[in-house]
Amino acid sequence: MKLANPELSVWVSMGDGDSMAIGGNHLIHAVRRNQDLNVTIFNNEIYGLTKGQYSPTTKFGQVTKTSPFGTIDYPFNPGELVMGAQGTFFARTLDCVPQLTTECMTHAAQHDGCSVVEVLQNCVIFNDKTHAAITDRAVRDDRTIVLEHGKPMLFGKNKEKGLRFNGRLLEVVTLGQDGITIDDIMVHHEDTEDTGIHMMLAHMGGDLPVALGVIRNVKKVSYTQLYEEQMEEQMQSGKYKCMDDLLNSGDTWEV
Amino acid sequence: MSENQIINKEDLVVRFAGDSGDGMQLSGTLFSDASALTGNDIATFPDYPAEIRAPHNTIAGVSGYQVHVGNHIYSSGDKCDILVAMNPASFKSNLKWAKRGATVIVDIDTFTEEALQKAGYTDDPFTDEFERAYTIIKAPITSFTSRIGDAVGVDKKTAEKSRNMFALGIIFYATHKALDHTFAYLERKFAKKPQVVQLNKAVLTEGYEYADKLEVMHSHIVEVAKADQMAKGRYRNITGNVATAWGLLAASEKSGRRLFLGSYPITPATDIMVELAKHKSLGARVFQAEDEIAGICSAIGASYAGALACTSTSGPGLSLKSEALGLAVMTELPLVVVDVQRGGPSTGLPTKTEQSDLAQALYGRNGEAPLVVVAASSSANCFYWAYEAAKLALEHMTPVILLTDGYLGNGSQLFRIPKMDDMPAISPRLATPGDTEYRPFKRDPETFARQWALPGMEGLRHRVGGLEKAPEGNLSTDPENHALMVRNRQEKVNRVANYIPDQTVTGNPDAELLVVGWGGTAGALTLAVEELNNEGKKVAYTHFNYICPLPKNTGDLLRRYKKIVVCELNSGQFANYLRSQFPECAMTQYNKVMGLPFEVGELKEHFNSLLG
Ligand SMILES: Cc1ncc(C[n+]2csc(CCOP(=O)(O)OP(=O)(O)O)c2C)c(N)n1
Ligand SMILES: [Mg+2]
Repeated sequence: MKLANPELSVWVSMGDGDSMAIGGNHLIHAVRRNQDLNVTIFNNEIYGLTKGQYSPTTKFGQVTKTSPFGTIDYPFNPGELVMGAQGTFFARTLDCVPQLTTECMTHAAQHDGCSVVEVLQNCVIFNDKTHAAITDRAVRDDRTIVLEHGKPMLFGKNKEKGLRFNGRLLEVVTLGQDGITIDDIMVHHEDTEDTGIHMMLAHMGGDLPVALGVIRNVKKVSYTQLYEEQMEEQMQSGKYKCMDDLLNSGDTWEV
Repeated sequence: MSENQIINKEDLVVRFAGDSGDGMQLSGTLFSDASALTGNDIATFPDYPAEIRAPHNTIAGVSGYQVHVGNHIYSSGDKCDILVAMNPASFKSNLKWAKRGATVIVDIDTFTEEALQKAGYTDDPFTDEFERAYTIIKAPITSFTSRIGDAVGVDKKTAEKSRNMFALGIIFYATHKALDHTFAYLERKFAKKPQVVQLNKAVLTEGYEYADKLEVMHSHIVEVAKADQMAKGRYRNITGNVATAWGLLAASEKSGRRLFLGSYPITPATDIMVELAKHKSLGARVFQAEDEIAGICSAIGASYAGALACTSTSGPGLSLKSEALGLAVMTELPLVVVDVQRGGPSTGLPTKTEQSDLAQALYGRNGEAPLVVVAASSSANCFYWAYEAAKLALEHMTPVILLTDGYLGNGSQLFRIPKMDDMPAISPRLATPGDTEYRPFKRDPETFARQWALPGMEGLRHRVGGLEKAPEGNLSTDPENHALMVRNRQEKVNRVANYIPDQTVTGNPDAELLVVGWGGTAGALTLAVEELNNEGKKVAYTHFNYICPLPKNTGDLLRRYKKIVVCELNSGQFANYLRSQFPECAMTQYNKVMGLPFEVGELKEHFNSLLG
């Protein structure tokens, strides 16, 4: 659609099943090419429409209709997949925080190239509270971190905790404890070309807070732009200007 | 040239066969181009192996190219009058394609013990019986070329690559043709490599002179009749795949809709994409997708956005596109799907031809999912059928499957170049911005086609998708609505029949026997029927290009004949399709599922047996 009419702003709305299973191949190739699409992935870690089978993002061991004894599938992390495919934009938000979602979507729309926004989505019917361990009001501030470009990675109710790179791994530290100051805290750079840190951030969970906000946003000429440049150039310099030219090109003769 | 006796012939079939790396496709192409330029009608048929680099000198690695030249050429010919075999493997596997009495030219230098063994020979292949049945020319091609290579100063490998030119030189002598066209080609092609030009020209000339020195040649020179019934105009040589690509480009220019092709490479359809990828200057937007599903889905997206959207593939790829075809049916968007059929099922016979995707094209989708199916019947008319497919898609708001096949796609023919001004108009059914009456599934009372509203058109915000909709565009699971929409989608396709010409009969229309064909078999069927009628038999013939819907007079036409034989390169898919619509007509079948085109001889034999 975007190739047929580059003027359009094209949005692709998918679930975790659509984007990671049946459409997984298409997602990674759109990301790899950096096609100028805005992709939203509503990740409820389940196949909702078909009533509750495990998906490629369902937590390992979870009991679902098709895994009565627990899944033995290791899940995908959409962020890691996007970065593995050389993605240029990845953001993550929560269904219950509309303001953050709006911000992520706005940045995605502004990004030239393929932008992917993962929305951690609750499925009231078939996978209720799958994200509750991080989204519940009582724990949200401690279990998530909203990343902001150029700002130190702080979180917690009073922004008292932060992330530090200890030379080997990311770790949580508390300001004021063991001599930790704000200078020890990592600063978020969404535009770092290297995917290393962004991959670590996207991967976080468990003991580390789940990263939200724009995790990666780097500039790279989009497929759309390269395509239009080639079209333009060929339109200017191409040998044939119309079909009659082409039809009569090469070896022809009169009878 | 010494004093020779020249034999005049109406037509001649030359087959070039050799190892994959021997350049046989090029020799064949150059011979057919030179013939076309000197006034012959032509048809060609490349017969190349599925393996890209099969072991040297093996049967699996044999590549062939058959050229049929003459006055009035319908097909690439059954069997050849002249066979070129560049090594023992090609000799062994291609001799069956030579007529008895044919001239067989071999590079005798390659008939070493090792190569003979690799080809599966335990004895001398040139038995007495063989020598009696054929005229054999054992040319030391390799040694000639390596000597010339030394003289020109190129290495052995480069010299060997020009062996095909030696064979071509012999053929030009044998067919009384000049070398200048090929010289010009070589000068163009290797403009930056003067040594290579010199080498190839020298080898070509040497082959020609070698033939001149051969006693047997002098009584074997053939002057093939020039085409005398060709309509006036400008001509060129064209393959079916290039013609298909150009037909789509032409339809795009005429309709004013951008051309979009979303495809995934697959033999023998790839060349359509390869050709279109060259023509960005003509506005062709080609997208090489990650698979066939992405190919067709990107095309559906492009169609939604207003392009003349196409996807090209072959059998296995069409299977992958099935679900998305349903989406195109449901969204009622224009879409052209080209299926260059090959031997199936599964990966089957990638480089061989067949007509066995018909049922898939007609029925291969879930749900009631009617669409238009048309088929090209010659390499050259792929241009017109691609154009027609696009016209029908755009004017009737429906996906259209165009069936061609490996034989048409890779084969080439003379093509009378049309003028774009003479091509029929194409009127896409675009909605009018701001039209307050616009409804996504409101239908034209005549065609039943809906209107095409593009994203960005003022006031025409709407949605389309895979789920069933009510005419206003809202989702609906209402039973009555579904029944209505199913009927309407079918009716829209049925009504295409109001816009296509009647089915015609050739041959002897008053015959008892009606031969029925469709798609790529027209060449052999036409010739078989023509020859039988010339021999005093009475045979009628009708060939279908519009498959779904069928021309409106089809039933009336079929009912006129007592005996009907439906001929196709599958197990009877078209015959069964016709039976399902005209159960009152008794139909017999003639089928061939060998990955090969029909031969005129086998068809005549079968028709004769039916004539009793
Ligand atoms: C080809 C095909 N296979 C299977 C289905 C059935 N199906 C519909 S939705 C779905 C799962 C979708 O899961 P997800 O993308 O996570 O979306 P959710 O329903 O959870 O929002 C499946 C398997 C289908 N519609 N099409
Ligand atoms: Mg889901």
